[in-house]
Amino acid sequence: MSGESSLQRWRAFKNQIAMVLSGAAALFGLFWLAWILWTTLSRGIGAINWALFSQLTPPPNEVGGLLNAFAGSAIMCLMAIAFGAPIGIAAGTYLAEYANFRKIGSAIRFVNDILLSAPSIVLGLFVYTLVVATTGQFSAIAGSIALAFIVLPVVVRTTDDMLRLVPSQMREAALSLGVPQWKVTVQILYRGALGGIVTGVLLALARISGETAPLLFTAFSSQYWSLDITQPMANVPVVVFQYAASPYESWQALAWAGAFVLSMFVLLLGIAARLILLRNRITNE
Amino acid sequence: MSTTLEADIRAEKSASGDRVFAGLVACAGFFVLIALTGAAVSMLWGGWEAFSTFGWEFLTSSNWDPGARQFGALVAIFGTLATATIAMLIAVPISFGIALFLTEVAPPWLRTPVAAAIELLAGIPSIIFGMWGLFVLAPYLSEHVYPWVNDNLGELPWIGTVFQGPPIGIGILTAGLVLAVMVIPFTSSVMREVFLTVPTRLKESAYALGSTKWEVVWDIVLPYTRTAVIGGVFLGLGRALGETMAVTFVIGNAYNISTSLLEPGTSIASAIANEFAEAIDPLHKSSLLALGFVLFLITFVVLAISRLMLRQLKRREGSV
Repeated sequence: MSGESSLQRWRAFKNQIAMVLSGAAALFGLFWLAWILWTTLSRGIGAINWALFSQLTPPPNEVGGLLNAFAGSAIMCLMAIAFGAPIGIAAGTYLAEYANFRKIGSAIRFVNDILLSAPSIVLGLFVYTLVVATTGQFSAIAGSIALAFIVLPVVVRTTDDMLRLVPSQMREAALSLGVPQWKVTVQILYRGALGGIVTGVLLALARISGETAPLLFTAFSSQYWSLDITQPMANVPVVVFQYAASPYESWQALAWAGAFVLSMFVLLLGIAARLILLRNRITNE
Repeated sequence: MSTTLEADIRAEKSASGDRVFAGLVACAGFFVLIALTGAAVSMLWGGWEAFSTFGWEFLTSSNWDPGARQFGALVAIFGTLATATIAMLIAVPISFGIALFLTEVAPPWLRTPVAAAIELLAGIPSIIFGMWGLFVLAPYLSEHVYPWVNDNLGELPWIGTVFQGPPIGIGILTAGLVLAVMVIPFTSSVMREVFLTVPTRLKESAYALGSTKWEVVWDIVLPYTRTAVIGGVFLGLGRALGETMAVTFVIGNAYNISTSLLEPGTSIASAIANEFAEAIDPLHKSSLLALGFVLFLITFVVLAISRLMLRQLKRREGSV
């Protein structure tokens, strides 16, 4: 009898230990993330002022802002979305509607999943040999192509997933009315999956807006105001990297301001993307 | 008569429309295949000069000296593997704890918001982790933690040398720590999703037999999800191996191989990030591209294993 109750007590004790440890692990993990967020907030907010958004990147120890970097990042991210999203949506459509249960479909899905988590610096090297080495100079266009290769797998994945969530009765109903398949896809399925596809594009935008590694040797950076996409172009991540690694305090402050704006942008995009997905799910139900 | 003709024309139009559309989306699908192959081939091609000049020695030599035109990748490969291993040693148990907390332990009203917060944090750009590592974590470690580590762990037999070294704050161990913090949101999100796929009736049967929560997790949830959990761990490992910015800030960027984890080192990704834009010597450039190819191969294998293991779960889910 007493043996049984001591076994019970041992099991309950082991359970207690495990529960406490898992709670501690959760606290521990969140602690670091909160610390990082707090660092970015406290160091970034102090450096936010009007000059940040209205002046160009300054020489060391002079007042300035990141206007050219913001403009360059916006241009390159938009171009990357313009290159990557249409191809991604088309490829996702192929996977979900044309190759869903075929070998080639699962092969492409497999490769896409690998591309999704491939090191971004490797994609930078790829675009370097593809574009920069052939044209002979760093350019904003090379930077946006490198970013487009990061957009591509994200959009492929979400489009594929979202199209497969559209009930097959919708396809069958439309096809039985004699609507050609491409019209079914464009006019009916895309409409049903629109929220999901937009979410995918937003998530892709959030991912590329902070990407530094693939831009280091494609777009490089520039201290000047330049909108010429065949030339090197300033962008927030690379400027933040260069300024943070510099010994000048004024540059480091600007780097924190840039980091703060980047994180806020990424967090807001992430929240927006999830809200769209949530609203979509509620209306679908 | 005319109506049939019209219908014929329309049918033909829609058939050709179908063909064009199918062709277009198929091209886009194959473009994904070409993108990955192209990345591999371009780096192999660009790194060919280095591979043919040094042969296997490129992988086994620890001598990286652009001045003397000697390039060996061993130091960078060691740094990549060492930092990723440290990161996973810390991140896996913590992520398991978080996933366990979010699926079994926490009160239900707390689960969704915390899980959403962790997922959001997974999206924070890695450069911010790097800056935090350099400006906040490294000074703290060098002042408060590493001297203690030196004094206490450095005296231990066998593993003591691992913890001896200059407490400058940047080095392999710091890079591993920053990577761990970066990887935790990823692995814990994947593990949580995987744990959620366990059928409720399995868990309820175990509870009905009088199991404690821990016994349900250890004897029901984990065996059921083992493959996918390992897949999730490998997914995190793939990220840690290829991460550039978070490591570049804190690893020290020294071509130095040492038994001490407190010494600065370098990794493949940070070597490329630091040197590529400034490399003028074609052999130097080619060596960095060859390094990129090595990194590609390592991460490809790790990610392929991860995807195969995660896929197995999906298949079983479908059959249950």
